[in-house]
Amino acid sequence: MHRARGMNALTFSRRRFLGVGAGTMAAMAATQADSVFRGYGAHAGVHDPCTDGRVVRTVCELCFWKCGIQAHVLNNHVTKIQGSPLHPLSLGRLCPRGTGGGGLAHDPDRLVRPLVRVGPRGSERFEAVSWEVALGTIAEKLEVIRRRHGPEAVAMFNHGAGASWFKHLFRAWGTNNIAAPSFAQCRGPRDVAFDLTFGAEPGSPETLDIAASDCLVLIGSHLGENMHNTQVQEFADFVAKGGDLIVVDPRFSVAASKARTWLPIRPGTDTALLLAWIHVLITEGRYQREYIERYAQGFDELARHVAPFTPEWAAAETSLDPELIRSTARRMGAAAPAALVHPGRHATWYGADDTQRSRAIAILDALLGAWGHRGGIFVPAGMRLAPYPTPPYPSARPAADRRPDEAPFALEPIAQGLRRATLDSDPYPVKAWFVYGTNLIQSLPQKAETIRAIQSLDLLVAVDVIPAEIVGYADVVLPEASYLERYDDLIGLSWRRGAVALRQPALPPLGDSKPGWWIAKKLGERLGLGAYFPWRDIDDYLEERCRRSNLDLATLKRDGVIVGPERASTVEEGLALSFHTPSAKIELSSERLRERGFDALPVYRRPADPPAGFFRLLYGRAPAQTFGRTANNRQLGELTHGDRLWLNASAAARLGVRNGDRVRMVNQDGARSEPVAVKVTERIRADCVFLPHGWGHTARGLRYARGKGVDDGDMITRVDVDPVMGGTGMRGNFVSIQREG
Amino acid sequence: MRRVMIIDESRCVGCEACVLACKNENDVPAGMYRDWVTQEARGTFPELSLSIRSERCNHCQDAPCVTNCPTGASHYRGDGTVQINRALCTGCRACIAACPYGARFVHPDGYVDKCTLCAHRLDRGQGTACEEVCPTRAIAVGDADDPTSEVARRMRRASLYVLQPEAATRPNVAYVR
Repeated sequence: MHRARGMNALTFSRRRFLGVGAGTMAAMAATQADSVFRGYGAHAGVHDPCTDGRVVRTVCELCFWKCGIQAHVLNNHVTKIQGSPLHPLSLGRLCPRGTGGGGLAHDPDRLVRPLVRVGPRGSERFEAVSWEVALGTIAEKLEVIRRRHGPEAVAMFNHGAGASWFKHLFRAWGTNNIAAPSFAQCRGPRDVAFDLTFGAEPGSPETLDIAASDCLVLIGSHLGENMHNTQVQEFADFVAKGGDLIVVDPRFSVAASKARTWLPIRPGTDTALLLAWIHVLITEGRYQREYIERYAQGFDELARHVAPFTPEWAAAETSLDPELIRSTARRMGAAAPAALVHPGRHATWYGADDTQRSRAIAILDALLGAWGHRGGIFVPAGMRLAPYPTPPYPSARPAADRRPDEAPFALEPIAQGLRRATLDSDPYPVKAWFVYGTNLIQSLPQKAETIRAIQSLDLLVAVDVIPAEIVGYADVVLPEASYLERYDDLIGLSWRRGAVALRQPALPPLGDSKPGWWIAKKLGERLGLGAYFPWRDIDDYLEERCRRSNLDLATLKRDGVIVGPERASTVEEGLALSFHTPSAKIELSSERLRERGFDALPVYRRPADPPAGFFRLLYGRAPAQTFGRTANNRQLGELTHGDRLWLNASAAARLGVRNGDRVRMVNQDGARSEPVAVKVTERIRADCVFLPHGWGHTARGLRYARGKGVDDGDMITRVDVDPVMGGTGMRGNFVSIQREG
Repeated sequence: MRRVMIIDESRCVGCEACVLACKNENDVPAGMYRDWVTQEARGTFPELSLSIRSERCNHCQDAPCVTNCPTGASHYRGDGTVQINRALCTGCRACIAACPYGARFVHPDGYVDKCTLCAHRLDRGQGTACEEVCPTRAIAVGDADDPTSEVARRMRRASLYVLQPEAATRPNVAYVR
């Protein structure tokens, strides 16, 4: 924590510690015979905000992990939030963001009235209107667009569990242009690679058996700074039991500090390392031979493919010690099948390389026998959830995001492809954007393109809780009740045991904000789609769905979650493995990729080096932040801000930059950042800098976040698109550091 | 009974959930902290180590704050914790000057405040707020006199250490690596 606590921060710098072993124990074992309790009772005050409060078990929405939580309510205020002990993802524990959820619900900058824009787009000038007027305006404009261009001229962008109502609305309306930046700007390459290899995605949450693993390999995944609750819980258990942790990261992350081996790799060369590891496992016969013979195809081709990729070859690419490459591969092989290379999550790094790098991870996991084994990747169980019956959706033209043969393996529409179609009307015009819960100004790279596309629209609607940048461009703003103030659809969980969770309100909606289910239903009715919203209200909807799914709604309301029966999720528990690929086997070599003209096996392509005087810009997470959505949360603002630019100490000395100095970044295209404070540290290589993502807000409505830190997106003007699935690789940008003042 | 808190540094990832859970539980004013997290990196690239600690009042058995409190507000509770009787506290800050751990601050209401080891929760059989939120189970609170407790197990580890042992305060908050 970099701020003073209380009154005397002076001791902070002289705090020291010393291991004293048994001596300490002896010292601690002394008694306090003469101590007297003089009370701190009601008059002396140990404040306890929760004793007479109400407790509501619901589902978090500070990130996408969807932990069960217990919200304590006192006097219409959420006083504290704990992890629900009943929910399998939280197990009674919670990350700092979820703990600070009250800071979202009680954010004084919340959107509380429907708004209609009165100034130019982006001016953030609005007048408050009634819901009648707001929804009427939207319906009228959508009808005009439908008459002129067809229903597909409407695109919907979304993020989060609450989006389900609006996805339903726009499928009923007749468009397939429904995209989430969480695919092509984040986990897409990984999902595609695992789907190509194993016939299934690693899931969200990823079904990783970390606590039971004997060897865990992280490729850039900074668990602990990336606070996915369950995963971090298992990670800590893994570390505590002495599991063999291997961390590959240009930065000495928190996870790296816990590793038996940290491999400070040259950024962008991960595929070379992965190929060399595969080489060692195969040439030394340390892979799971029986598993591969039984379940996999393409092994001989793989063996031939990796023959040249020796650790010595990879050492030259990665800057790592070849003996360390060899010995880490051997350690993985020794732990297998209770060994696991983490599939990662945010995988849109270098564009052309991304699906192939993720394929190399998947292949390595296959050689280790990780898929389906204890201590590897378990096969999850779900729970049957029957839909509330509604009419079939009308047929609609394919999404406009891709031209023929573009990104053939995309599993979902590509968000930046819809932006492109908006600008060039190819294959057809896109004239309206409906944006739910994603700040497209920050969540899509190449901000200028996004703004250009927005300026060409006939209609932009934003549904949000806080006035993020995208809201400032909207024609109509619909204020949604926060996650602590609304019901959402039932939330299914695929995990060791399946589960269904309920998001339910702990507070009434703030001001004139409304829950998403209500907004979608009212808008649907105005658009003549009332048949798709036959439920009277949310209670009717939930009761009917629960009845059809054999779930007791009263139990869900009491416990917040219903957990399904025990099921085998690993071979050790009796699971029979099956793979939903065309060959019904693990596809080490991918015929599907080959048929479409891609490499059937991962090929390493050397990334461009930073030009002289430049650093590669890396970005990532800080534990108390989720994208930019938490930067305005005043509770989270009490914690250490992850808003500094990490710069290697030797590089800083060369540049004459000291810790805390303010600098500007200037990237390879001349883009210039706002000033940012530097964290001078040994904990990063000298050829890159690191910036936590989600800062640099410019929206005037975000009074707390505005002006804090800088947005890495401002420096991401170059995007390398993954031709396999359309992901936007964003780590091919280089910045120089210029001292400010 | 002697209540102690033993924090396993190897588990801690420094997420600061403990800080926020404490602030909410105890309604700690903005900008003030009863607990906090330090990160200390040592070495030069690439030979590095990092220690991460959740810190707070050490609930010392020889507490300089108690010794130096002129009114008796700061006192031993008899369960291993050090408490402040707000009714007796004049906000004179003698304890703040005496505390080697920087654990105390003046509350805007005029009294000195610090970690109570969530005495109100422990009395109800619950854990401290920081212990219960911690996603990595780095924090354990319990009775040092109960050899079967998690804290006693941790206290038997060779890596046990206290902060500033030279201050000879005999803390009831200690760490393992």
